[in-house]
Amino acid sequence: MKLRIGMAALLGALLTIPALPALADRLPVPKHPLYLEECGSCHLAYPPQLLDAASWRALMSGLDKHFGSDATLVDKRRAAIADFLGRNAGGRKTGVTADAMGQPLLRISDTAWFQRKHREIDPAVWKRASVKSPANCAACHTRAAEGDWGEHSVTIPK
Amino acid sequence: MRTPLLLALFIAATPALAETPRDFLTRFEKEAGATASVERGARFFAAKQGGEWSCASCHGEKPTQPGRHARTDKPIGALAPVANAERFTDPAKVDKWFRRNCNDTLNRACSPQEKADVLAWLLSLK
Repeated sequence: MKLRIGMAALLGALLTIPALPALADRLPVPKHPLYLEECGSCHLAYPPQLLDAASWRALMSGLDKHFGSDATLVDKRRAAIADFLGRNAGGRKTGVTADAMGQPLLRISDTAWFQRKHREIDPAVWKRASVKSPANCAACHTRAAEGDWGEHSVTIPK
Repeated sequence: MRTPLLLALFIAATPALAETPRDFLTRFEKEAGATASVERGARFFAAKQGGEWSCASCHGEKPTQPGRHARTDKPIGALAPVANAERFTDPAKVDKWFRRNCNDTLNRACSPQEKADVLAWLLSLK
């Protein structure tokens, strides 16, 4: 009896463990045509789960100075995208995305989750001409646009 | 009696938003009150003018080919109408991108003359 429980536990562990990392590395972007069109024309349509609702709210109210660019939208479109981001904002994975003072972070790459995930990356890699900046997910995550962020699809360019 | 009805039907059948690049050039020249200059457009496109970027920083020096966003490296479809039939056909998009991109490159709005010149140059590319 004891042996059988042990076997079952072992079998269970074998079955579930390999599945976990794959699940954790899937970050699909919900199919929202307006978000993909407007935000995705200048950068990858980042998974909304990677910032919390307060961060998205702050970001969407400062589109006139969007990391050095004018990313303003007509009001109707801005409101629809803000609503979409709010509904799909993060939680479980990234937690609260605020700085030590409680101010909402605006860059996904400033979040603790992102930095933990990329701690093995040499700072010089981000500056390579083939990468340009941490905003360029697809430089290394070759299947990011399809929602696949798994390590098996990462290729760090020279 | 019949003509206004036919005219109304004709107008209703015409897609409200579809325009051609030539229509935009005509509009900008009219607003500027002057004809466009292809040479001036070419120089304007390539030169930085106050900002960190020129038009070419993202759209490339040869806009018959795809460009890449100067900061994020995201591919950008070719800007020249000869290479990309979608360009300069939708007034909302034309207005949006001139509004934003002129602000990014010049720190101000573009004049109708500048828009006319750039578009004339883009239309001259084969």
